[in-house]
Amino acid sequence: MSVLILVEPDAEGAAVTSLEAVTFARGMADSGGWPVHAVVVGPVDEPAWTALVDQLGAYGVASVRHAQGEELSAYAAAAWAAALVEAAGAVSARVLLASGTPRGNEILAHAAARLDVAMAANAVAADSASPLVVSRQVVGGAALEEMRLSDSGVGIVSVAGHACEPVAAPSPSVPEVVTFSPELSPADLVARVARVEPAPPDESAALTSARVVVGAGRGAGGPDGFKDLLSLAELVGGALGVSRVVTSLGWRPHHEQVGQTGSRIAPDLYIPCGISGAIQHWAGCQSAKTIIAINTDEDAPMVTRADYAVIGDLHEVVPAINDELRRRRG
Amino acid sequence: MANVLVCVKRVPDVSGEFALTDDEQAVDARHLGWTVSPHEECAVELATQIAGATGGEATVVSVGSDDSVEQLRNAIAVGCTRAVLVEADLASLGPVDVARAIADVVRAHEAAGTTYDVILLGNDAADTGDFQVPIRVAYALERPVVTGISTCVVEGDRLVARGDGPDGPEAFDLPMPAVVAVMEGGVSPRYPSIPGRMKAKKAQIETMAFEGAPVGSGRVRLKLPEVETSAVRILGTGADAAPAVVDVMEELGVLR
Repeated sequence: MSVLILVEPDAEGAAVTSLEAVTFARGMADSGGWPVHAVVVGPVDEPAWTALVDQLGAYGVASVRHAQGEELSAYAAAAWAAALVEAAGAVSARVLLASGTPRGNEILAHAAARLDVAMAANAVAADSASPLVVSRQVVGGAALEEMRLSDSGVGIVSVAGHACEPVAAPSPSVPEVVTFSPELSPADLVARVARVEPAPPDESAALTSARVVVGAGRGAGGPDGFKDLLSLAELVGGALGVSRVVTSLGWRPHHEQVGQTGSRIAPDLYIPCGISGAIQHWAGCQSAKTIIAINTDEDAPMVTRADYAVIGDLHEVVPAINDELRRRRG
Repeated sequence: MANVLVCVKRVPDVSGEFALTDDEQAVDARHLGWTVSPHEECAVELATQIAGATGGEATVVSVGSDDSVEQLRNAIAVGCTRAVLVEADLASLGPVDVARAIADVVRAHEAAGTTYDVILLGNDAADTGDFQVPIRVAYALERPVVTGISTCVVEGDRLVARGDGPDGPEAFDLPMPAVVAVMEGGVSPRYPSIPGRMKAKKAQIETMAFEGAPVGSGRVRLKLPEVETSAVRILGTGADAAPAVVDVMEELGVLR
């Protein structure tokens, strides 16, 4: 038996979220005494492919299976799942994992339906390998559920984004690379991406990868209340993220939303301004390393959960911070 | 004409603090209101739009206790014309069971002469966050499925669905019938009108029973994350705190 992890590639190699999930997988594999194998589906160009295999070696992965074929040129979740299920059979997987990204959850759910087994979405901890029990995020991350998967067959688990830090293995490996052409049926290719449409630069990607995020909530006051917040984001080389109230009121576009129904962020510094800190929002920002809250209410959950806070109106505090930043830069 | 089935789930409104029941099996909802997830509000809006644009019918379905009638009536108030409740104790069901119940409704209605060209669900339930019911419904009915969709429109006999992918907005062009999991953000749910509310009050709710033995969810127990005692350091009040904030930024090394 083994643990098989679906690794999502990006332009540089393995996506960071996938490396987090490999770290999680290794913890699970160690307690079960199993090796970790990886599977990648679809085309990956050089030099990203070589970098990906090297990274997975550093993370202690025993083999990398690469599903290839012309039919995999455009993303189709069912086809990706078919490849994953075939690889799971080849390595006798007891546990099938992926990062809980939109695609990771989608592909795993297809695999779960194909194998007719349970799936635990957004796990944050593996409680036990035998029986297979994980703790996973429910209620938008406000509560955890201990969930027991089947005692036999394949257990399917997605790993919540930023649930653990990506950590290389104590002893690296040189992964065996196996390429294969998965057996696909025409039905697997019906729901495939027909086209990726031209879009303005992807601001939501900027939000999830920013080292500093400036947050804005109802306290911004209206659609014209974001000027100083955007200046602050620019001064610190960061991005603007907003609460659900702000997008619901139409003050800012939906792709800027941080929370259960928006983006989940993990910046080095999050500066929520005029955000009270409802569970919906906390679900999206709780992985920030440091939080400096700016709020008029010192009892607001966002303030009590923050590392630092300034009590005051963001429209007074933020311009003063901007001035101070400009002054120190001369 | 495209008939749409849209699925909603009655969930506790946990925008504030909440507690768990003594047996740790559920959120203690005694002092909470009830709602549906924002994704499902958008799915209901899309269902109403598609039915309106094609001259079809939008039917809303919920699997759960008979209290879910409230959520079904809310969907009728904003444009659905038919409602079905599959009565079940949700605590004993898992995503496999809910998907089967929805597929059973589709089959039963088909046998009675109503076919569904589009089945809309929220991307994930607000409480259980399983991320799989839409896909399991699609497999049970052998239909194509897409998830994370913000908008979808019927073009002839095809359904064009759009959502955000890792490389930008993606479009899917699907034959119908199809299953779509909706993400909040593409449409604004409408507010109910007074005639809409009147209609909802009077609407007949079709009731079906959950058939067969459930597989269950595998839930052992729920737990709340440990509440950390506040360790917040107040840097100051108002604009005077600005230098202290910039000092912290410098200490953290986030300024370039």
